[in-house]
Amino acid sequence: MSQMSETTAETPTRHSGMQISKTDVAIDVIGMHKWYGDFHVLRDINLRVMRGERIVIAGPSGSGKSTLIRCVNRLEEHQEGQIIVNGTELTADLKRIDEVRREVGMVFQHFNLFPHLTILQNLTLAPIWVRGIPKAEAEATAMHYLERVKIPEQANKFPGQLSGGQQQRVAIARSLCMQPRIMLFDEPTSALDPEMVKEVLEVMISLAEEGMTMICVTHEMGFARQVANRVIFMDQGQIVEQNDPDNFFSNPQHERTKLFLSQILH
Amino acid sequence: MAVQDNMGARAPRASLLNDPVIRGIVYQVLVAGAVVAFISWIVLNTAQNLAAQNKTTGFDFLFRTAGFDISFTLFPWSRTSLYWEAFLAGLLNTLLVAAIGIFFATLLGFTLGIARLSSNWLIARVATVYIETIRNLPLLLQLFFWYFAVLKAMPAVRQSFELPLDIFINQRGLMVPRPMPDHEFTWVLVAIGFSVIATIAVGIWATRVRTATGRYPSAVVLASKVADAIVSFLVALLAFTLLGNMISGVSGAVIFGAAILVAILSVTRLAPFSRAAVAFVFGLTILYALLTAMFPDVPPLLVAAGSALAGLAMAWISFERTAERPPSEGRFPLPLLVLIAVGIPAFVYWATGAQLAFEVPVLERFNFRGGVQLPPELVALVFGLTVYTAAFIGENVRGGIRAVSHGQTEAAQSLGLKEGDRLRLVIIPQAMRVIVPPLTSQYLNLTKNSSLGAAIGYPELVNVFTGTTLNQTGKAIEVIALTMAVYLTFSLLTSAFMNWYNGRVALVER
Repeated sequence: MSQMSETTAETPTRHSGMQISKTDVAIDVIGMHKWYGDFHVLRDINLRVMRGERIVIAGPSGSGKSTLIRCVNRLEEHQEGQIIVNGTELTADLKRIDEVRREVGMVFQHFNLFPHLTILQNLTLAPIWVRGIPKAEAEATAMHYLERVKIPEQANKFPGQLSGGQQQRVAIARSLCMQPRIMLFDEPTSALDPEMVKEVLEVMISLAEEGMTMICVTHEMGFARQVANRVIFMDQGQIVEQNDPDNFFSNPQHERTKLFLSQILH
Repeated sequence: MAVQDNMGARAPRASLLNDPVIRGIVYQVLVAGAVVAFISWIVLNTAQNLAAQNKTTGFDFLFRTAGFDISFTLFPWSRTSLYWEAFLAGLLNTLLVAAIGIFFATLLGFTLGIARLSSNWLIARVATVYIETIRNLPLLLQLFFWYFAVLKAMPAVRQSFELPLDIFINQRGLMVPRPMPDHEFTWVLVAIGFSVIATIAVGIWATRVRTATGRYPSAVVLASKVADAIVSFLVALLAFTLLGNMISGVSGAVIFGAAILVAILSVTRLAPFSRAAVAFVFGLTILYALLTAMFPDVPPLLVAAGSALAGLAMAWISFERTAERPPSEGRFPLPLLVLIAVGIPAFVYWATGAQLAFEVPVLERFNFRGGVQLPPELVALVFGLTVYTAAFIGENVRGGIRAVSHGQTEAAQSLGLKEGDRLRLVIIPQAMRVIVPPLTSQYLNLTKNSSLGAAIGYPELVNVFTGTTLNQTGKAIEVIALTMAVYLTFSLLTSAFMNWYNGRVALVER
C-alpha cells in the first residue's frame, strides 16, 4: 500500500492523456442476476462501461466481484438480464461467446500460463490458432509485447522458470497479443510477493495510460486512486456504491463502504 | 561472522561413533555382508540338496523332446517338439493375450475415463458403476465368470449361436472365418502401409503450413471439400441401403439419388441438416434391426415408432454437434485424411484385382470345419483382462484430465480458443504426462495378470512352462528362473521406456 501511495505522489498529473468516449459503450450489463444453485451470487447488476474507461471493483471476499467480471467473458453464465460486450449480447450461442472472447483479454490471479509451452509459445498460441496469424508475424508481435512488459530475454524459457511477477507480466502480454479492446483483471496481484506487486502494477498503469478499457478487481487502493475513473464497491452480490476515486475514498456514502475502507486503509 | 572466522581452522572433530559419514559406511558394510552371506548360504544349501538327491543342474533339458500336447499354439506343434519350443509357445501365447488385451483395454479404458467425466448424468453414472464394480472384484473370480458362467454355458456345437459375418459361438469357443489372401493382396497390404504413412505426413504438413501461414494449404482445403463430399456420399449410401432393407420396394436408383443429394448438400451451408437426416436413418434402422431381433412378438409398427424416436435423438445430437461448427476452411482436414487412409488401399484392391477370400467355418457332423477356432480359454482370458484392466485405465485417464487445473481451460477459453483446440493444444498434452506413466504400469499388470490364464487352462507361459514342463523335467530352479527372467525383462523394458518418456516430457522448472 505504501509503495503505491509513493507512486501516486510521483505522478500528480494522473488523468492526463486518458480519453473516455461519451457515446461508445464497451460493456453494458443490464438487470443481471446470477445464481449458483440456490445461492443468489449477483443481484440486479447494472453497469455501463464506456470505451476507454478504467474501473476498479472493490469489496470484501465473497461479494461477487470476480464472478461479475467472469460473466463478462462468459467464463460464468448469468441467468437473468443482459450482458452486451462490444455490441454483442452474450447468450448460449457459442459463436457469439467466441466473438466476445476474441476481443476481451483476461488476466487471472494465478496467471494460468500453459506450463508445457515456452513463453513465446504461450504468447503465439491464440494468435495462430484463433486469429490465423502466420507464425513469424505472431512471434514478432509476441516479442513486441514481451519488450513492453520488460522481459524479452525470457522468451524461450518455460513458465516454471520465471518468478511470480514475471509470470503475471507474461500473462498480461499473452492477453495483449490477441489485441483485445477490453482487458479484465481478476485480482492480478493477490498471489504475488509484495516486491513483485509493483512491477505488475506498472505494466497495468502504462496500459491504462494508453487508453485501454479496463475492469480490475483488486485490493490495491493506491492503484485505484491513481488509475481508475470509477471505483465500484460491491457487497453481498450487489453494487453498493460507485463514485470517482477522490470522492469514493474521501467521502464514502454508504455505511458498508465506510466500514470496508476503514478496515482496508487502516 | 563467527563461522567465517573458523573457516581456516579444522572443524572440531566429532567422536567417531557420531560421525554421519563413518556411521553410513559401517551400516552399508554390515548390510552388504548380510546379503552376501544369505545368498551364499542359499546357493550352497541348494547345491548340497541337489547333490544329495542325485539331480543335475543346467539348461540342456531345453533340447529334449517335450512329448506333451499344447491345446493352442501359434506355430505347428507336435508331441515331438522340444522343450525350448514349449517355452516359446507359452511366451507367444502370453504375448498374444497381452497384445490383444492391451489394445482393447486402452480403447475401453479411455472411453470409460472420458465417460465418467461426462456432463451427461446417465453416461457418467453408468461408467462409475462399471468401474467401481469391476475394480473391486478379484480378477480370478472374473476370469472364472467369463470362462465357466459365460463361455462354458454356451450351447453345444450343433446348437451354435450364429452371429453376423459367419461367426459361430459355442462351448468350444469362437469360430471365425479364416482370411485367405491371394498373391495380389500383398500389394494391398503395401498400399495400407503406404497410406498410413501418407495420412500422417499430410496431417503434419497441413498443420505446419497452417501454423506458418495462418491457413491450411488451398490444395488441402479443396481436396478436403471433395473428400468431405465423398465420405458423406458413402456414409449416406450405407444409411439409405439399410433403410432400403427395412422398407421393401425402394429401388436402388432412389437410394443412390438420395445419397448423391446428401453429398451435394454436405458442401453447402445446409450440411448440418443433411447430416442430421443421415443420423436419423442410422438410428432408426440399427435400432429397428436390433429390436425386431430381440422382441419378435411386438408388432413391427410399434418397433418402428420406437426406433424413429431413437433416430430423432441421434439427429438432434448430430445437429447440435455440427450446427455450431465454424466453416470448413478453418477446420482440420479430417475427411481428406480418412479418404487417403481408406481410399488408397481400396483403389489398389480394385485396380490389382486382388481377392481376399474367407474360408467360412462350416458345421459338419461333430465339429466345425475350416475357419479359425479361438478356444474359449483365450476368449475368456482376453475378455476378463480387458474388462478388468480397462476399469483401472479409465481411472488413470480421469485422473490425468482432472490433474490439469480448471484454470488452464479458463485461460484457453478467455483467449478465444475453441473446444477442439483447447483439448488438442492445452489439455491433452498436459493430461498425457499424467496418464502415460500409470498407463504403462497397467499394461505391465495386464501382461503379468495373463498368468492367471493357467487357472482356466489357457496355455500361456506359466501354464506350459512352470506347469507341465516343470512337472515333467523336475528342473525347478532353471524353469522358475527362466520364467522370472521373462517377466522381469518385460518390467525392466517398460520402466526403461517410462524413464525415457518422463525425461522427455518433464515440465521445466528452475
